[in-house]
Amino acid sequence: MKATHVYTPYRPKWYRKRVSTWWWTQQWRSFKFILRELSSVAVGYCGAILLVLLWSLTQGPEAYATFQSWLKTPLFIVMSLIAFGFVLYHSITWFNLAPKAMPVRVGGKRLPEWMVAAPNYGAWIAISAVVVWFLLGGK
Amino acid sequence: MAETITLEVARYRPEQEGEPTFERFDVPLNKDWVVLDALNYIKDKVDGTLSYRWSCRMGVCGSCGMMVNGEPKLTCATFLSHYAPGPIKVEPLRYFPVVRDLVVEITDFMAKLKSVNPWVVREDEKPVSEGEYLQTPAQLDQFKQFSMCINCLCCYAACPVVGLDQHFIGPAAIALAQRYNLDSRDQGKEERMDILSQHEGIWGCTFNGECSKACPKNVDPAGAIQQYKIKAVTEWFKSVLLPWGKKDGGSK
Amino acid sequence: MAKRSNEPFLWSLFSSGGMIAALMFPVLLFLFGLAFPLGWLEAPSYERLLSLVRYWPVRLVLFGLCSLPLFHGAHRFRFTLYDGLQIKHLNELIAVFCYGSAIAGTVLAAYILWNIP
Repeated sequence: MKATHVYTPYRPKWYRKRVSTWWWTQQWRSFKFILRELSSVAVGYCGAILLVLLWSLTQGPEAYATFQSWLKTPLFIVMSLIAFGFVLYHSITWFNLAPKAMPVRVGGKRLPEWMVAAPNYGAWIAISAVVVWFLLGGK
Repeated sequence: MAETITLEVARYRPEQEGEPTFERFDVPLNKDWVVLDALNYIKDKVDGTLSYRWSCRMGVCGSCGMMVNGEPKLTCATFLSHYAPGPIKVEPLRYFPVVRDLVVEITDFMAKLKSVNPWVVREDEKPVSEGEYLQTPAQLDQFKQFSMCINCLCCYAACPVVGLDQHFIGPAAIALAQRYNLDSRDQGKEERMDILSQHEGIWGCTFNGECSKACPKNVDPAGAIQQYKIKAVTEWFKSVLLPWGKKDGGSK
Repeated sequence: MAKRSNEPFLWSLFSSGGMIAALMFPVLLFLFGLAFPLGWLEAPSYERLLSLVRYWPVRLVLFGLCSLPLFHGAHRFRFTLYDGLQIKHLNELIAVFCYGSAIAGTVLAAYILWNIP
């Protein structure tokens, strides 16, 4: 803030600091928060991959094979790797926050947070196993 | 342990300068001293013009909230020895206009707090002859955590949305609204929902979670806000899908 | 009574999309983005995938998978633009861009899933 200083006696002159556009780089925890929020882009990437995959299925086996070859290129591998990291970060932060949003009370006492988070993780593992079984089981 | 520790204290004297500056003070590093003790030492012995708020010095009044090394803390509950060998940076609470030195202007918060009607709202007052409102321990447990708020504003200093959006109601106001919403004696859920289910109300919150981390009384305002979001969603769906349903104004 | 905002509806899309993305996207991205292209696991053949996708329950699940997480991402990205770049004054433009993309993706998913051969 510029110090164009005009002070009238007995009149308040408050100092208001403008929040910088780079506020989220100034502390590690703010940076982590913005990373978590940017996982939304990775979620969009994954959704787009699924859409293109499904579209290629409607266009015939050559389209599917072409799409598979795109995914093998270094560019896509790198993007998928980065997106995978972000999507994992989304899942972990999401399940860890679930107990805060949904406090569970049993017999009047509130369950500890890990007890509410654990079933979420369990569901994650179970669903992932089902998906793998679906896609890889059988010919 | 060393004899002294240095405090870098923010000074702002509007009659002299247009921007805050920092002044260094050496204070005795006593094992049981908190930052507030150091500030009192400075004011008593070094510079009597240092301005700051404090009252109970035991963590229940909420007056002495300040930024200590960039984190919002109650200075009466923050030990000097924790930061040895120092220096310790003491600044006024972030995201509030600074009046002088370490004193911030909080009228904006007071207005936001008042806007959520933080008191028990009744459609029908029970006459005194009918006795007290009875409440079981289980009913008390529903809202007790949110009632521990001392309005110290550490959560506001921790929340980036408060800094980025002047109109955001903020964590403490929402937590206190929830304290009354969950109180079995209260019948004011509807009127609070109108104020809170706005973009400057709960929907500005992105569940950063820093407010709960900064809270010295474990109120968990982030939890209160998320729980309220879920409640607001169910109410919204009810009002859209069952518009003829009777609006629920609370029990008893 | 004051008019209530429609944010609750958007937030319900955000939270359901977030749950679905959290539960299913890691394994799907791992398989289709890394394991199959890099040959760690054998990719399913065209015929196998097509036969799986023909089932209507699978198509419904896929529709949910391709739609709700897009709204989750759109909603979160919208708020990141507000908080990260402080461009809240462009909020109409941002909302149209974010939710418009999600709606486009949803429509596309519906069209594709309807037209599986």
